[in-house]
Amino acid sequence: MSWLSDYTDVDGITPKEYADRITMSGSKVEGVEDIGKDISNVVAGKVLTCAAHPDSDHLHVCTVDTGSGESLQIVCGAPNVKAGQIVPVALIGATLPGGVKIKKGKLRGVESNGMICSSEELGISNARLGYEAEYGILVLPEDTALGTDIKDIFGLNDAVVEFEITSNRPDCFSVIGLARETAATFKKPFAVPANKISESGADINSALSVTVEDKDKCLRYCSRLVRNVKIGPSPAWMRQRLEDCGIRPINNIVDITNYVLLEYGQPMHAFDLRDLNGSAIIVRCAEDGEKIMTLDEQEHTLTHDDLVISDKKGAVALAGVMGGANSEIKDDTTDVAFESATFDAASVRLTAQRCQIRTESSARFEKGLDYNNTVAAIERACALVSEFGCGDVAPGMIDIIGNVKNPKPIPFRPDKINAFLGTDVPESDMVSILEKLEVVVDKDKMLLMPPSFRPDLVAEADIAEEIARFYGYDIIPTTLLSGETTCGIKNADQKAEDKINEVLTAQGFSEIYTYTFVSPSIFDKLNIPADSPLRNTVRIKNPLGEDTSVMRTTTAASTLEVLARNINYRNENVRMFETAKVFIPTEAGKLPEEPVIISLGMYGKCDFFDLKGACEAVFAALGTPNVSYSAVTDNPTYHPGRCAEIFAGKTKIGIIGQTAPSVGRNFGIDVPCYIGELNFDKIMKFSSCEKKYHALPKFPSVDRDFSILIAKETPVAAIENIMKKTAGKLLESLTLADVYEGERIESTKKSVMYKAKFRASDRSLTGAEADNLHDKIVRILENDLDAKLR
Amino acid sequence: MMKEKLEEIRESVENALKNAADTDTLEEARIRFLGKKGELTSVLKGMGQLSAEERPKIGALANEIREKTEKEIEKRKQQIIAAAEETKLKTETVDVTMPGKLRKTGKLHPLTQTMNDIKDIFMGMGFSIADGPEVEYDYYNFEALNIPKNHPARDTQDTFYIEDNIVLRTQTSPMQVRVMEKTKPPIRIIAPGRVYRSDTVDATHSPVFHQIEGLVVDKGVTMADLKGTLAAMAKSLYGEDTRVRFRPHHFPFTEPSAEMDVSCFVCGGEGCPVCKGEGWIEILGCGMVHPKVLANCDIDPEIYSGFAFGIGLERIAMKKYDIDDLRLFFENDNRFLNQF
Repeated sequence: MSWLSDYTDVDGITPKEYADRITMSGSKVEGVEDIGKDISNVVAGKVLTCAAHPDSDHLHVCTVDTGSGESLQIVCGAPNVKAGQIVPVALIGATLPGGVKIKKGKLRGVESNGMICSSEELGISNARLGYEAEYGILVLPEDTALGTDIKDIFGLNDAVVEFEITSNRPDCFSVIGLARETAATFKKPFAVPANKISESGADINSALSVTVEDKDKCLRYCSRLVRNVKIGPSPAWMRQRLEDCGIRPINNIVDITNYVLLEYGQPMHAFDLRDLNGSAIIVRCAEDGEKIMTLDEQEHTLTHDDLVISDKKGAVALAGVMGGANSEIKDDTTDVAFESATFDAASVRLTAQRCQIRTESSARFEKGLDYNNTVAAIERACALVSEFGCGDVAPGMIDIIGNVKNPKPIPFRPDKINAFLGTDVPESDMVSILEKLEVVVDKDKMLLMPPSFRPDLVAEADIAEEIARFYGYDIIPTTLLSGETTCGIKNADQKAEDKINEVLTAQGFSEIYTYTFVSPSIFDKLNIPADSPLRNTVRIKNPLGEDTSVMRTTTAASTLEVLARNINYRNENVRMFETAKVFIPTEAGKLPEEPVIISLGMYGKCDFFDLKGACEAVFAALGTPNVSYSAVTDNPTYHPGRCAEIFAGKTKIGIIGQTAPSVGRNFGIDVPCYIGELNFDKIMKFSSCEKKYHALPKFPSVDRDFSILIAKETPVAAIENIMKKTAGKLLESLTLADVYEGERIESTKKSVMYKAKFRASDRSLTGAEADNLHDKIVRILENDLDAKLR
Repeated sequence: MMKEKLEEIRESVENALKNAADTDTLEEARIRFLGKKGELTSVLKGMGQLSAEERPKIGALANEIREKTEKEIEKRKQQIIAAAEETKLKTETVDVTMPGKLRKTGKLHPLTQTMNDIKDIFMGMGFSIADGPEVEYDYYNFEALNIPKNHPARDTQDTFYIEDNIVLRTQTSPMQVRVMEKTKPPIRIIAPGRVYRSDTVDATHSPVFHQIEGLVVDKGVTMADLKGTLAAMAKSLYGEDTRVRFRPHHFPFTEPSAEMDVSCFVCGGEGCPVCKGEGWIEILGCGMVHPKVLANCDIDPEIYSGFAFGIGLERIAMKKYDIDDLRLFFENDNRFLNQF
């Protein structure tokens, strides 16, 4: 938070309030961390006296002045404690990281009123200190004022705010960008301090040449030279800020490049001039097969699409991604060439992807950086060098601008923006919001010129968003839709799906959701023949794994997997269904067909006819006419004697049956399972949910029973067909009452009993008429099916 | 003489009825007194022998006794039936604390139930429902939605590719384009469906999940309408007291864009573990349809405007039913499914 104060005013804003308001203006805060929250009541104190403990060979008894006027007696075990040192003193009641609380106590009989702390006890890293802490207590600089809170000394009195930055706002990947947003949100001033550089020595052009070969991929390249570099640690404030932002401080030059990266959002690189062969920088595309060893000591083989920074000999950096190991800053580096460049977003993204490196630098370039930021950033780096006195900045800057695109003006129509947002924001308020964001408002021509760091501002809608953000999304009124009313109704398919859900749940089926991609091995597990069209699948090029690599053409495997899982869980009597898609390939480059399948599956107290009954219920609900079932004996997924294809007229609309025992075993199932697939799309072609009233009967019906002995293998459908055909309209209903096979009849026969209800719509049917019908039917059954009346 | 006889009959009727314990005995008694050969009948038959003086008197008495007898028999009959029924009812007593018999029905998946709730809300506001392919052209999934090749937004979407130009849709947003290509404004649709992203499975991620896309395009549709419509949805879904907030966000195909949070339905906004102390829970992304997207569909952005939103179905269902593991939705354990 203190870093923001360099450019705007955040005094008096609590971290919580800051997070809430900046979130509502579009920079979403993911978290706020109060860095020094674990430390309290630790202050700088001077060791007045230090004597050996009377009863210990390593403890010291010290008196310490913490600026309060009275001296505290503290027992200290550190070997390096001496009188005259300024040290961090944890007072009685102090807290330290790790939940340590300081209490008054006695150490081997001597009273101790606090603790002198080591850097480790305070949780202060060597990087934050800027040097390797010596073993024992932390010794502070001699000029530290007594009583100063240790958190102020080490920058621990601050909060770190973590943002989620959206991909359209590369400018917000920087402290300055966020400070600008902060200023606009809190209506505070915003300014970036000028950079002061003291230059000396010969001009950069006398020592370095830069050539940009690919001006589409390298949009701008700036370089400045620093001579007589003294590599060392950077000042405490910089180390602290880097560390708080999660970057490890290394040395002054590297720290400066990282600091500028965070501050300006501009990736920087520093080359050791000695390592640049021919004192030249050439920005070019790599040769196919060219190799580079990056700073992380990984070797990459490049293609012509990768942009590199090269010297006369070869590549020294992967442009925008990572520097090369051959030109990195070393402890004895004396001359440094800074790079501040803009590379094409797509090019960096592809190179980073190919080489599988993602860095702070590539992440920023990928979003598309402002080419106008390079100069300010490199100036800042040089100004920091001057400020730290760690090198002599050479006069001059090499600056090569490539094929850049400049932002275009956007028409400014405040009325239109208000109409779009449903607001009433005065034009003057819009102007002041936009000016805060550095959009230039031309009030004569009513044109807006966005700054180059805002590539996301290209159209009026983008401007409307800026207005909305800072006017306040929460202040925009809430209204309900007006205008022409529309009808919210479901179409026939959607209504049919509701019916299916209703009917199947009523039949005890629960709905499941399964993955639509499956393993190619399911076809073998389902015994599907090698030449089956079902094996022709839509394949995923980059699947999560082989098990989820093809789009299913059948739902049987998905259903069986769910049944198997439920059997494993010892769930009894399970009935399940799903209405979802399968994917049938068409031709290359075209989308597959996606028919919707109603999948059914069940085990437990049920048989084939429970499954068939469920289908019949579905067809009845959807109004599917002329449904017939025909036995299938050669589908290897199913039991050869318990499988049927379902037809509507002559069109096959589904298949149901008991799974073949081998298929069951393939899915780890050892109980009979019944599954089915109904093609919803085909069913809907024939179905009509429309219902019409039929007049209730006015005349009585006559019931007749048919008890018939017939060959076992004759399907009852044959009997029914004859009955229906013979009786015609007089047959109102036909119920199969009983089927018997067993000892009481011939072994090749079965006894079938039907109950028929006859009725005429225009008169009372007489008993004699019914008897005639009965006899006629029996005669035909005897003739055609070799049946006998029992 | 006759009179005495009649008085005797009257007495024996009383006794017979008193002693009749069931309807059969009662019937016997009826026959004995009132039957064709019954005692009273025979008395009446003998009336002819009486003097003209006596006849009306005895006749009146006989009739009185007959009527009374009939009445008494009927009365007694009702008593016996009532007593028998009472006895029968006593034997038919059931233990009402025994469990009821119910026909076990199946359950709709919690995702379907949640989806139906959301469908109902929007249909009530005049939205109809659109459906589209899950295997989708790159053009509809990205290009037409202002996400050109090499756009950084493609990185975050972890797309499954079928061919260079065909993907498993990563969002239901391509339905915006498909609907706008086919339908001219006014448009009010929701498009629920499966979407795919190459996330490995864990408690909060699945490579297959569901979104509900919404799209409104008409003349004069404003961002205030977007806020009003989605706030109305949130209130329908989570209750009248629900508050919403819209946070600026970025989607390539809407501008301005926002994410909508609802006040935490556990703590009501105070901050609790469910909302991670924020008091708000993010439930959807939305925004005004980007003018480029409208133009891609031949709809003039100068005349028409619109808004779009995308709701994560699993997220809503998890919050609604307090489900802490996304995998349960796709595991299909009957014990899980039967809870909803």
